[in-house]
Amino acid sequence: MKDFAYVSAPDVATAVRAITEPGAKFLGGGTNLVDLMRQNVERPDTVVDITRLPLDRVEELPDGRIRIGAMMRNSALAAHRLIRTRYPMLAQALLAGASGQLRNMATVGGNVLQRTRCPYFVDLAARCNKREPGSGCDAIGGFNRNAAIFGASESCVATHPSDMCVALAALDATIELESVRGVRRLPLVGFHALPGDAPQHETAIAADELITAIELPDLPVAARSRYRKVRDRASYAFALVSVAAALEVRDGVVTEARLALGGVASRPWRAHAAERALMGAPATEESFRRAADAELAGAVAQSQNAFKIELARRAVTATLRQLHLPGGAA
Amino acid sequence: MRVNVIVNGEAMTADDVWEGESLLYALRERLGLPGAKNACEQGECGSCTVYLDGIPVCACLVAIGQAEGRSVVTVEGLADGESLDEVQRAFVECGAVQCGFCTPGLIVQAHSLIASTSGVPEDAEIREALAGNLCRCTGYEKILDAVRLAAARKAAL
Repeated sequence: MKDFAYVSAPDVATAVRAITEPGAKFLGGGTNLVDLMRQNVERPDTVVDITRLPLDRVEELPDGRIRIGAMMRNSALAAHRLIRTRYPMLAQALLAGASGQLRNMATVGGNVLQRTRCPYFVDLAARCNKREPGSGCDAIGGFNRNAAIFGASESCVATHPSDMCVALAALDATIELESVRGVRRLPLVGFHALPGDAPQHETAIAADELITAIELPDLPVAARSRYRKVRDRASYAFALVSVAAALEVRDGVVTEARLALGGVASRPWRAHAAERALMGAPATEESFRRAADAELAGAVAQSQNAFKIELARRAVTATLRQLHLPGGAA
Repeated sequence: MRVNVIVNGEAMTADDVWEGESLLYALRERLGLPGAKNACEQGECGSCTVYLDGIPVCACLVAIGQAEGRSVVTVEGLADGESLDEVQRAFVECGAVQCGFCTPGLIVQAHSLIASTSGVPEDAEIREALAGNLCRCTGYEKILDAVRLAAARKAAL
């Protein structure tokens, strides 16, 4: 780890001023950044500690939306009554991530901005266009068992590792950003970039912006939702494939569907094609499989991860089936 | 920089601390508390688990500046003098210790689980709570026995 200056920000105004220093980086829970600094993947000149900012609450807004402070710890958010009852898929996604200790440390804002776990990204001896633009990609043709099946490019096949963001994508969450220039809001869907020929640009955040909050719409269908994560062991592993889904069925017909996939792309993958296929369809196993097929039709495998396409198809179908069964939700 | 931390109830100060140090390093190398162990140094193994403001965290991933003014309880802070904590006693009685390297982290994490649940947690709950604590001797069965025993004794109080 290289030397750096440490600044603790007591309030947002101080934080967004401090980040304008060249080479400055925000430090949230540290579960990703401290690790990457120790491996010399991240080399900030100044670390601006934002864990003391008063942004650690969940609030219900007058119009029914929910505002989540960006410094809220993942475990605290998962345990919050409003999240558990109105957005169970989000609570389940948070609890499916990492370990108890890491969930206690990791912040909501940091979770959104966490870096890929592609092994070549953290291996300084390997080529990685994300870490070292223009150097190449050793994952293509290399160890790519957990690489993307959607939206990958010849530059990068890495996935975004977050569970939380998959639920947030299905929920149409909004990200609030603040800088010395002002405040703006961006939809979470589309916030994370596809790699194209510049995989080092991972999100729409500007270098001087701080995530201050995540907002959830008032979304009744989300009360009937589920997060299903498929991984190599029962706990404490990144997703091979995950599914966040909400389903409303009236008189045997799907009247509303929300679906997003994790572990499959450089962004949480909102499954618009599957949602379209579900709308107005009879709520049957056949429709669920067709919806999964509609989404997976666009999937492209790397040398080692073709299994993910079938796995995703089955995970989508199983999650929808589970939601539709009596007592199958949440 | 100077760092002030309340460790096991006692205000402690360390001077000339490098910004890149972890809370774990400061505890072990500066404050004379080698209980929390340094194993993976990347938050994977849980051997360095300590309470930070009452919540268990991996001390290896806490940048020392983040601990300024906060309260830390390490495994050394669980016993009352020579009298072991209930979780520690259960680990001894159940033979839940082999090489012992993972034990301090497991004790703190199990202590937190038992403090936050009433009755004896289900096995699935214990396993999930301890998922971030790796035992390379693979002595998990005895560890589960110890957690169940400590939880049962607390529930019987």
